[in-house]
Amino acid sequence: MRCKSFFEALTASALSVSLLCGCGAADSADGSETAESSETGEAYEQTLTVEDMDYYTRFKDDGLSINVYNWGEYISTGADEGTLNVNAEFTKLTGIKVNYTTYAANEDLYSKLKNGGASYDVIIPSDYMISKMIKEEMVQPIDLDNIPNFKYIMENFRNPAYDPENLYSVPYTWGTVGIIYNTTQIDLPEEEIDWDILWNEDYTDQILMFDNPRDAFAIAEIMQGFSINTEDPDQLVIAANRLKEQKSVVQAYVMDEIFDKMSSGDAWLAPYYAGDALTILEENEDLAFVVPKSGTNLFVDAMCIPVGAKQKEAAEMYINFMCEPDIAYANIDYICYSTPHSAAFEMLDEDVQTDPVSYPSDEYLEANTTVFVNLSDEANRQMQTLWTEMKSAEAENTNRWIVPVFLILCVAAMIGILIRRHIRNKKDIF
Amino acid sequence: MKSLRAFAYPYLVWMVVFIAVPLLMVVYFAFTDENGAFTLDHIANVGQYTNIFVRSIWLAIIATVICLIIAYPLAFLLSRMKKHHQGTMLMIVMLPMWMNFLLRTRAWVTILGNTGVINTILGFFGIDGVKMINTEGAVVLGMVYNYLPYMILPLYSVMVKIDKSVLEAADDLGCSFWGTLFRVVVPLSVPGITSGITMVFVPAISTFIISRMLGGGSNLLIGDLIEMQFLGNAYNPHLGAGISLVLMVIILLIMTIMNQFDPDDQVLI
Repeated sequence: MRCKSFFEALTASALSVSLLCGCGAADSADGSETAESSETGEAYEQTLTVEDMDYYTRFKDDGLSINVYNWGEYISTGADEGTLNVNAEFTKLTGIKVNYTTYAANEDLYSKLKNGGASYDVIIPSDYMISKMIKEEMVQPIDLDNIPNFKYIMENFRNPAYDPENLYSVPYTWGTVGIIYNTTQIDLPEEEIDWDILWNEDYTDQILMFDNPRDAFAIAEIMQGFSINTEDPDQLVIAANRLKEQKSVVQAYVMDEIFDKMSSGDAWLAPYYAGDALTILEENEDLAFVVPKSGTNLFVDAMCIPVGAKQKEAAEMYINFMCEPDIAYANIDYICYSTPHSAAFEMLDEDVQTDPVSYPSDEYLEANTTVFVNLSDEANRQMQTLWTEMKSAEAENTNRWIVPVFLILCVAAMIGILIRRHIRNKKDIF
Repeated sequence: MKSLRAFAYPYLVWMVVFIAVPLLMVVYFAFTDENGAFTLDHIANVGQYTNIFVRSIWLAIIATVICLIIAYPLAFLLSRMKKHHQGTMLMIVMLPMWMNFLLRTRAWVTILGNTGVINTILGFFGIDGVKMINTEGAVVLGMVYNYLPYMILPLYSVMVKIDKSVLEAADDLGCSFWGTLFRVVVPLSVPGITSGITMVFVPAISTFIISRMLGGGSNLLIGDLIEMQFLGNAYNPHLGAGISLVLMVIILLIMTIMNQFDPDDQVLI
């Protein structure tokens, strides 16, 4: 499998770091990436075959443009020689300009849409975020008649739990969560590695952990034998206590920094998404990836059209284009995630098709994996509170009155100084 | 004078639109719930994050004090140099600021990392595994490194105005070195000290990216907490606004106390 080069991954992680850094930084990163769409994929000579040319050339002369908001490093950009610049190909074929920007987390996408001020035509959130957005009426139904290529989507990815009637989303990629480990430091057979290794005191300060509550709680919940979609307050508290126990052995809570820290050997163990893990593995041959047999989270990222999209039909055309076998293959070959696209799957090398990391057997998926669904507001809030509490647990027993008392002391000091100055001023006069 | 006043109107509009209105919005959000009804819950809930507040204030104070200790002698030496040397030296102080803030902080991750530059060098001498990254010390270091110029510049601009003859007079009249320092230089540079402290303390207390990158996500500061409410997975702008409001009040109080030391109306010489 050919994946992106080391250098690109570096830039990618640098970019995603800056994306993580909040509004100001994120905006500038967005801005710099928008330019990407204007590059042309000239290096790629092979002509693209699409089934229905007329379908794509409908808007050729209308000068339309669409705004696509996707995860970082989640599309084939043509940066490697011989790969396809998907967005440029789309523009070449349809005459529709693509403004392509990226985000680092589902929550970034959510808050950006929620705050308004940005209009997107195509977004690619994950499962639980899709069900949350459906519930909050942030995405609109997709007209599948406009997406003939939906026929390629594998049967078991249709009508998923997060979108039971398949009205709002078209699956793009999927994958599982597993553990990346450094084989030079951890000399264990693959079968013996399970989630509890992330709690192992022998590896104190060499363990990285997810810096988002949903993924982190899922790991603790699997270890406790709970469902990863549990809303039971007691179970959430037990899971949070597990995470608190883990804190003393964790080096850092990170997301995209895992790329850097694992490939440089700064840490030995980290849970991460299978597709990204394969990319990291390409960079450092000492690393290995295992999907724990006690179970894991199966995630699906799917294309949606948010409410307020200005070019719905062009957006559907883009989604259909992403489901063209050649395009779907180019993307999946580039980003190393697993595909729900039957034709693209057929085009993969045989050793990839049978790779237990990318494509575990149906029995395994059936028995050991669960897809996230959106939690109730109460459960979400509780998880969030527990998570913040866990992360700031060191000085847990500080009195909650310290700040008010401190404020009162400040006010007292201020009044004291004022009075003193007043008296002194009076003295000066005489 | 009156005609000059007209030039201030654009700024007045700017202030109202981009400073007063957002502030009012923060206040509004802090005191309302999702449905827009009045509530004090968010302000009351801030109490559960006391430890984060305490840690933020504490780390910011340490960073400010270290900045002051480093910057004060440096600024004094700078102000006593020959004019053309001063320009060069100031440029060197400013130089790191030309680089992107994130990049500067990111560099420290590589320097302090477990397999980073310092640990590799120490490794040659048989010392290994010094844990530097992901500690509170690393966070303070990041603050000092990034905000030091903001302490040096105001100190320098005040000290450069201290006339050489004042120092010579003190010397002439038999004042010792320490006497000159504490009875002449320090009192004259108080405005620089207060504005330097303000310019370091305020960004240090509300930073979130330094603690994220150098603190490993387990040294949560108020900035991180607020960021989580607005951009992160917590997404609760009302609580976020409540925390921001409390933080603003704390900063305001601390700053007011600071300004009491400013000899604004009392002329010392």
